[in-house]
Amino acid sequence: MIWSKNETLERSEIEKIQLERLQETVHRVYEKVPAYRKKMDDAGVKPEDIKTLADLAKLPFTTKEDLRDNYPFGLFAVPKKDLVRVHASSGTTGKPTVVGYTRKDLETWTECVTRIAVMGGATPEDMAQICFGYGMFTGALGLHYGLENLGATIVPSSTGNSEKQIMFMKDFETTLLVATPSYALRLAEVANEMGVDIKKDLKVRIALVGSELLTEAMREEMHKVWGENCLVTSNYGMSELMGPGVSGECEYLNGMHINEDFFIPEIIDSKTGEVLPAGSKGELVVTCIYKEALPLIRYRTKDVTRLMYEKCKCGRTTCRMENLDGRTDDMLKIRGVNVFPGQIEEVLLHTDGIGPHYEIVVTREGHSDKLEIRVELLKATDDYKELKSIESAIKAKLRVVLGLDAKISLVSPNTIQRFEGKAKRIRDLRNKEGV
Amino acid sequence: MQAKQLSVFIENREGRLDEVLAVIKAANVNILSLSLADTSEYGLLRLIVSDPAAADAALKASGFSSMLTDVLVVRLMNKVGSLQAFLSDLAKTEINLEYMYGLTIEKEGKASLVIKASDLAKASEILLKAGAELLTAEDIAKL
Repeated sequence: MIWSKNETLERSEIEKIQLERLQETVHRVYEKVPAYRKKMDDAGVKPEDIKTLADLAKLPFTTKEDLRDNYPFGLFAVPKKDLVRVHASSGTTGKPTVVGYTRKDLETWTECVTRIAVMGGATPEDMAQICFGYGMFTGALGLHYGLENLGATIVPSSTGNSEKQIMFMKDFETTLLVATPSYALRLAEVANEMGVDIKKDLKVRIALVGSELLTEAMREEMHKVWGENCLVTSNYGMSELMGPGVSGECEYLNGMHINEDFFIPEIIDSKTGEVLPAGSKGELVVTCIYKEALPLIRYRTKDVTRLMYEKCKCGRTTCRMENLDGRTDDMLKIRGVNVFPGQIEEVLLHTDGIGPHYEIVVTREGHSDKLEIRVELLKATDDYKELKSIESAIKAKLRVVLGLDAKISLVSPNTIQRFEGKAKRIRDLRNKEGV
Repeated sequence: MQAKQLSVFIENREGRLDEVLAVIKAANVNILSLSLADTSEYGLLRLIVSDPAAADAALKASGFSSMLTDVLVVRLMNKVGSLQAFLSDLAKTEINLEYMYGLTIEKEGKASLVIKASDLAKASEILLKAGAELLTAEDIAKL
């Protein structure tokens, strides 16, 4: 099933909608957002200069720093009274990124997520258990309203209390699971510990995973534990752009379809800022062309991908973005494997008994890189077996996510350095003399 | 008839044990016995102290992962075979002994032992039946 006819338009029709909406958006932000007017004046570009989609490249970028500089509502294009909701992303920095929605924005968001859910195989018959944390984070409520709009039954179980999650899953006959890939894997472990046979006792047939990278290794692992017939699709979004709902995979698993009537994607060289030719790999830049409250222009996502415009076997004509490798600014290469700290962080965040602060130490012994992860033990215990099982749970998950063995060092609470500004969680000692 | 043991996680790093002991000292709590196994990365420090709750609160306030664990403290005659006599009754049951360590040897020729077992209630029942003397938290505070 395809939710909206806008997902199957001819390229020329999509571009016509995009240009109209882009021009309207650019005029509006120039009018209503002083920070954008200044940026555009500084770059010597006026709203009238945007005559074709290619003219988008004339507009200045928006970055996370812009959002931070204008914290909390400085980039909003509507007065506060028109907002009906705000969300914030946690971020690793002192001030979170705050985003807002008008009533119409919420409708748009819901539409976007409904499309993505349908791409991932959801139907009105599904019992959808949402195991994302509810709260300031956009993930849970985004999927919640999108799936509800479709007519699925929502089980807003949030994160944590994994035994109860499995109980609901069994008793309610949950068919659709929303979670991060690592939490979905954790839930499978808990089910096994409880003696629940996932393939016999549970009915989960769809997993919509997001908010962290889904590597192919993780997808395989998901199939191993949730069954070969479980359709595991990843979807993409970020709170600055909307939340989840920017793009998602269909059953052909050939990249994530972008909701192009709401977002214009570009690929740039992250160093020079130049727009790269079609098919190139580079940093994804997204312009929101149908948002009232926070229509970001050329937002630098720092995510690396490639765009594909060929029509998909599913029938959709929307542009697809390749599944992500990670972010441009923090990749480590360990024993030839690309490692993104975010992958490690997600594993740690979804492991019980340990805290959110960590340190990654990379050293070289002989010709081999060694990866050590130091993490704080929060759970008090009197049992060595419990300590070992926390360690081996982290190790096993990291092996799935990274394909690497890491040494896990548990340390006491409050012994890992805390940061007010951007956290420096990596100590790469490989190039230091004597190491 | 159970007593409270303090269990503290410490990583194997210079000065870490000292920090724990300093916190306990500052809380004016006396240490009667402790056990620390030899592992490379970290250890669980297990202590019998005069005021476990106060020491636990002080350690938590200082950021340590600490907790109180129920254990049995058995007082027996300090002579050949007395330990075996008690433990052989436990050995006949399903109860697992998880760890044990010694407490104090008293002037009157008695010695005490800390026992952590899988089923403390049943273990204490068996030990009492065999004529053991189990120390309570109040007894320990007076040691």
